[in-house]
Amino acid sequence: MTMQSVETSTGGGEIRAYLKAHMRDYGLLLALIAIMVFFQLVTGGTLMRPVNITNLFLQNSYIIIMALGMLIVIVSGNIDLSVGSVMGFVGAFAAVMIVELHMPVSLTIAASLLMGAAIGAAQGYWIAYWKIPSFIVTLAGMLVFRGASLWLLDGQSVGPFPPSFQLMSTGFIPDIVPDTLSQPLAAIFGLVKINVLCMGFGIAASVALVWMGLRARAREAAYGIVGEPVNFFWLRTLVVIGAILFLCFKLATFRGLPNVFISMGLLTVLYAFVTQNTTIGRRIYALGGNEKAAKLSGIKTERLTFLAFVNMGVLAAFAGLIFAARLNTATPKGGYGLELDVIAAVFIGGASASGGTGKVIGAVVGAFIMGVMNNGMSIMGIGIDYQQMIKGLVLLSAVIFDVYNKRKQA
Amino acid sequence: MTTILEMRDITKEFPGVKALDRVNLSVAKGEIHAICGENGAGKSTLMKVLSGVYPAGSYDGEIHYDGDLAQFRTLNDSEARGIVIIHQELALIPQLSIAENIFLGNERARNGVIDWNETYRRTEELLRKVGLRESPGTIVDTIGVGKQQLVEIAKALSKDVKLLILDEPTAALQENDSRKLLDLMLELKAQGVTSIIISHKLNEVRYVADTVTVIRDGTTVSRLDAKGLSEDKIVHDMVGRDMSNRYPERIPAPGETVLEVRDWSVWHPDQAERKVIDAVSFHVRAGEVVGIAGLMGSGRTELAMSLFGRSWGRNISGEALLHGKPVDLSTVSGAIAAGMAYVTEDRKHLGLILEESIRFNTTLSNLKGVSAGGVLNEGEETRVAERYRAQMATRTPSVMQKVGNLSGGNQQKVVLAKWLFTEPEVLILDEPTRGIDVGAKYEIYTIINALAAQGKAVIMISSEMPELLGMCDRIYVMNEGAFVGELAAAEASQERIMSLIVTE
Repeated sequence: MTMQSVETSTGGGEIRAYLKAHMRDYGLLLALIAIMVFFQLVTGGTLMRPVNITNLFLQNSYIIIMALGMLIVIVSGNIDLSVGSVMGFVGAFAAVMIVELHMPVSLTIAASLLMGAAIGAAQGYWIAYWKIPSFIVTLAGMLVFRGASLWLLDGQSVGPFPPSFQLMSTGFIPDIVPDTLSQPLAAIFGLVKINVLCMGFGIAASVALVWMGLRARAREAAYGIVGEPVNFFWLRTLVVIGAILFLCFKLATFRGLPNVFISMGLLTVLYAFVTQNTTIGRRIYALGGNEKAAKLSGIKTERLTFLAFVNMGVLAAFAGLIFAARLNTATPKGGYGLELDVIAAVFIGGASASGGTGKVIGAVVGAFIMGVMNNGMSIMGIGIDYQQMIKGLVLLSAVIFDVYNKRKQA
Repeated sequence: MTTILEMRDITKEFPGVKALDRVNLSVAKGEIHAICGENGAGKSTLMKVLSGVYPAGSYDGEIHYDGDLAQFRTLNDSEARGIVIIHQELALIPQLSIAENIFLGNERARNGVIDWNETYRRTEELLRKVGLRESPGTIVDTIGVGKQQLVEIAKALSKDVKLLILDEPTAALQENDSRKLLDLMLELKAQGVTSIIISHKLNEVRYVADTVTVIRDGTTVSRLDAKGLSEDKIVHDMVGRDMSNRYPERIPAPGETVLEVRDWSVWHPDQAERKVIDAVSFHVRAGEVVGIAGLMGSGRTELAMSLFGRSWGRNISGEALLHGKPVDLSTVSGAIAAGMAYVTEDRKHLGLILEESIRFNTTLSNLKGVSAGGVLNEGEETRVAERYRAQMATRTPSVMQKVGNLSGGNQQKVVLAKWLFTEPEVLILDEPTRGIDVGAKYEIYTIINALAAQGKAVIMISSEMPELLGMCDRIYVMNEGAFVGELAAAEASQERIMSLIVTE
């Protein structure tokens, strides 16, 4: 780290100007790191133990998956309060199908995702084509699907699920290298065991990140766009790579890559790409930025709003499956209040409540900030009362920081 | 004559920019004083200094008002001394009624309970004074921008105003409404109210003003007696060069008919029995600039928007032919695909995504042109945005600049760039130079002429008749939803257009 910070100090005014404009992006990453370091210290190293790191991913996967959809909904200028209930309802739906009706797992998963899409479509229809405020429609949806879960489960918990279903959430990807080979390898580093696939994944992801970053810079330079200062690019990339390798190392010394880590990671990459690099992503930002102007520019704003909610429904359903699989049971209270965590994650991640701004990566980092705080405070034994107050204040500070920055720029 | 206001050596700096550099302004009691200058010259900043938006101490120089040194810290301080400023951007609450808006913060009330009779009576009085025929209970959102402007003025009059400052008061008004407003200023002058008017419309300045102060690049250029003053002299001082010809030359070379509209009728979206456009027929040829003249509320914007993807109105009937073949204009994307483009009169609310960059806005209507398989090519986007920036001489440090930070003229260039990138055959320009300064207007005119020269069919809607007369090959005259006349450039004049409207 010392070497890199020397590098940054050579840049001067150019870097300062860039940093000012991108304060939010870096601030968020730094906040996450600071929070992790803080809890690592106060929990006496428990936070970053391999088993806890693994748990962190398992516990927050469904929040992150829903945050991807929520980001799009919020960027489009709407909100979805129903996701917690929808998630719980779909979990219950899957439980009834598998446990009570003995349907095959693959069919259940497909039907559950379709159910999510249908719920999203049902809500999106009123919002997009009837212009009923999303706050109201999804508030109604929240009540309806909360009740529907209770009705479907008859007030009881339904479970357990067959192992093949549980794998979706609690499974790990088996190592490609047999133990007989990996154990001597681990011994070199003084470890009991190491998951070679997991480490290899971390290294491959790091290489891909550097390669993509360099390619993007080369392209920017070719078109004469003034982008991130070179020192900053390397500093940021090294920090991110460091974090990836560190996390993969931790995971590798426990049970390797959780299945849910892969689905979450793939979805994050996909949604980051769709929002930043595709025409449909661009149109969503235009819709949220100025709906009337977007419409007069030939953008089918109604259909786009509708699709944003369909997408949210599918992701909420997927999150519901993972959640049910993790608990190995569907309960009538499943997903209760989770919509607030998801919305908070997106706003901490820098999205604006008025629509038009926000990034997928921001929402994911926002979700991790919430997740690490939940986890860290629980390890410390802080009561749920204080936890909620602290989380509320963190959300408020993040938004105040945004508004303050914007004012300073104006 | 005594001086009511004397601003001496006002200097106001923002980080990196000197917005005002020792500006002097001296206004005599009871006169109408015009301030002229291009956009960005510092007129609005000067008024913000005067009204206390920029508090005393944040600028250098002295303000003497009504006999003593004024040190306003807030807008309320200046209002308490009878200075009322009406901004370019209206500050009305759209969901409240006219009466509620006029007395907002100044309610006719006893012990906090509003006296509605008194409120309505006073409102009616004020509305009569400004010549607005609307009920005091009318919701502001339901009346047009022009009428809203009159409500603003009525609101100013409801306070005990000594110095009335009007920032571009007629920018959104029609010829006859503007005239009414100017006459109203003269009437107020007779009652002893001093006014400052900031305006781009020099004929209006000449009509009302006693004295003219010209500001350019943050400094006072000249203080002129309005008597016998020529518009050319003002323009010369404003731009620092002679502008003998305000409309660039173009040799008309109309080709075949591109767009033909027959019996186009449109009904009001909310009021079922109101027919807003009544059997309008017209055509435009390639390389032709056709004007639509008419008063506000005559249905010009409604006609344009109903044609462009049925963006306005209900029960639209009639036929649109492109190159002689019927064309489906029922959706905006369909209209764009057919080769239509519509540059809206309200670029901030309907034309641009202000929070986004020039590049973002430029490519928005034709994302296909900068993407492959739905994936955007940002480099290509940059190239396109740069190309239009160069072509239109848009003044900006970078195409990544937020359009919200640009001046009106440059914003309009971005809107034009957006539509040119869709490669339209027919361009409908709705008030293309509204709120744009003289220099930028000329540039926009030049762009319009270049488009016509490329063979595009241009329809130009404007409330400024000299502009239509200076730019168009043919002018349709619209009144109350119908076309009441068609004039060739050679036979058109302001008088003939007005007489067509009036005799209908």
